[in-house]
Amino acid sequence: MTASLLQIDQVGKRFGGFVALDGINLNVAPGERLGLIGPNGSGKSTLVNCICGTLQNETGSVTFDGRKLDGLAAHQRTILGLSRSFQLPRPFHSMSVADNLRIPLLYAVKARSGSHLAADELNKHCVEYLRLVGLDHKASRRPRDLTQVEMRKLELARAMAAEPKLLIADEAMAGLSHSEIEDILKLLMELNARGITIIMIEHIMSAVMSFSQRLVVLVSGRKIADGDPAEVVRNPEVEKAYLG
Amino acid sequence: MQSRTFILAVLAVAAACFAAAQLVSNDYLFFAGYTVLQFIVLATAWNILGGYCGYVNFGSAAFFALGAYSTVFFHKTFQMPIPLLILVGGLVSGIVGLGMGYLTLRLRGSFFAIATLALAVVLQTLIVNWDYVGGSRGAYIIRPNTISIVGREVPYIEYLFFLMLALAVVAIITARTVERSRLGFGFATIRDDELAAEASGVPTLRLKLIATTLSGALMGMAGAPFPYYIGFLQPQSAFALDYAVNSIAMPMIGGTGSWIGPLVGAILLGTIQQVATVTISSAVNVLIVGVLLVAFVIIAPNGLVGLVQDLMRKKSR
Repeated sequence: MTASLLQIDQVGKRFGGFVALDGINLNVAPGERLGLIGPNGSGKSTLVNCICGTLQNETGSVTFDGRKLDGLAAHQRTILGLSRSFQLPRPFHSMSVADNLRIPLLYAVKARSGSHLAADELNKHCVEYLRLVGLDHKASRRPRDLTQVEMRKLELARAMAAEPKLLIADEAMAGLSHSEIEDILKLLMELNARGITIIMIEHIMSAVMSFSQRLVVLVSGRKIADGDPAEVVRNPEVEKAYLG
Repeated sequence: MQSRTFILAVLAVAAACFAAAQLVSNDYLFFAGYTVLQFIVLATAWNILGGYCGYVNFGSAAFFALGAYSTVFFHKTFQMPIPLLILVGGLVSGIVGLGMGYLTLRLRGSFFAIATLALAVVLQTLIVNWDYVGGSRGAYIIRPNTISIVGREVPYIEYLFFLMLALAVVAIITARTVERSRLGFGFATIRDDELAAEASGVPTLRLKLIATTLSGALMGMAGAPFPYYIGFLQPQSAFALDYAVNSIAMPMIGGTGSWIGPLVGAILLGTIQQVATVTISSAVNVLIVGVLLVAFVIIAPNGLVGLVQDLMRKKSR
């Protein structure tokens, strides 16, 4: 059996009296494409925040690549190889598109490797990631000049520039047209083909179904299903959660 | 511009300023120039935390006063030369900046700003009740009329002017170096989006601590020669509202995005205030700052530098 890249054991999180996560268990294997779905308020983003260190889980533990992450700050988890894109794109507005990618290279990659990247090497990496997402022609533009789909691509490219082992794409397709969704989907598949494990959080079921090798469903902070996507969507509990 | 070229250019401009001031040979010019230079240092220091990182510090006067009072303390205890006192003032204020940062940087926005204001109030209360440094009565520092430098008797105010000029050079070079370094990039990510910065591997807390320490140290260094300049130091003058207001207003008016903004703002505002002090009254200084600040917020929210950049961008299209 393959050792898990990410292991979540009994993770719990409350906001006052509201239970956001109630003892979640989840294992993600290296190279896997995992879909994470659930209605609004089911705890998907809270789980991502607990994994990435934006929030600290109150109970349970998160282990990544054999190392316990509990108590580590978000940037330390990024350095370890855990990267995320945000639900709403959060670019660095005062910087050019290329400089947005330079940040993870200057900080996360440098801290991991311990070596300093020369300026031309840094540029080469930036261009490579921008080309991957099709934004190389807009390298010197500001994020405010980008369209919605380009902004999402920039968000993914920045997450990629941290050279992660695990990428969490939090609703990277929300608000996009059908062809734009196809673009992002193709990009995520390409990243996975490069050996990166991906957790996709999404509401767009067609995208989730075509992307995921395994599907996990959260409802009211609890995991109600975990398995083959085709079987999970037929699960009566899942149907009830989605259709009432 | 290459860093070495920039340093040489700044040194050349500073040398030209000093030579020009000596040509005029009017003591008041040195007094007024000292104040403008002091504001250049304060505004540049404020901008490292406020402009680069986006954390508004209302407690500039506290760091400035710490530098001034550390001079009073060491003047009474060890009798050190002013250059050394400047370093000590910077060290003391830098340590307090680090401490303040550690305690308050988990706060954001207006909460952080209020906490820095509280620091100024707490420190002023401590100083008012500390007799050794003069307490509420104040402390006299008798400044000699001249100082002997390489066998030449130099008026003391010229010496102070020269020290503040050197400090302004150090502050500008530091700010520009930070701005163009990996550290500066990190600061900008904190200003733009702290969550995204952390997710990109930027150790935001560590960087903010560096910013508060550096900013506090430079402010303390600006305050260290102040007792010699003013001759009589009391809490009301060291913790004056002018320092807190000016060190915020000057970068805002000049532009907070780069090292040149605080410099332009400090020269502009500092000079107007000095002219107003002579022609009208020093009482209108804060009024001038207020009016200009309101005007710039409406007309040029990115400051003078931002306004010029926008105009140049429009012209090039």
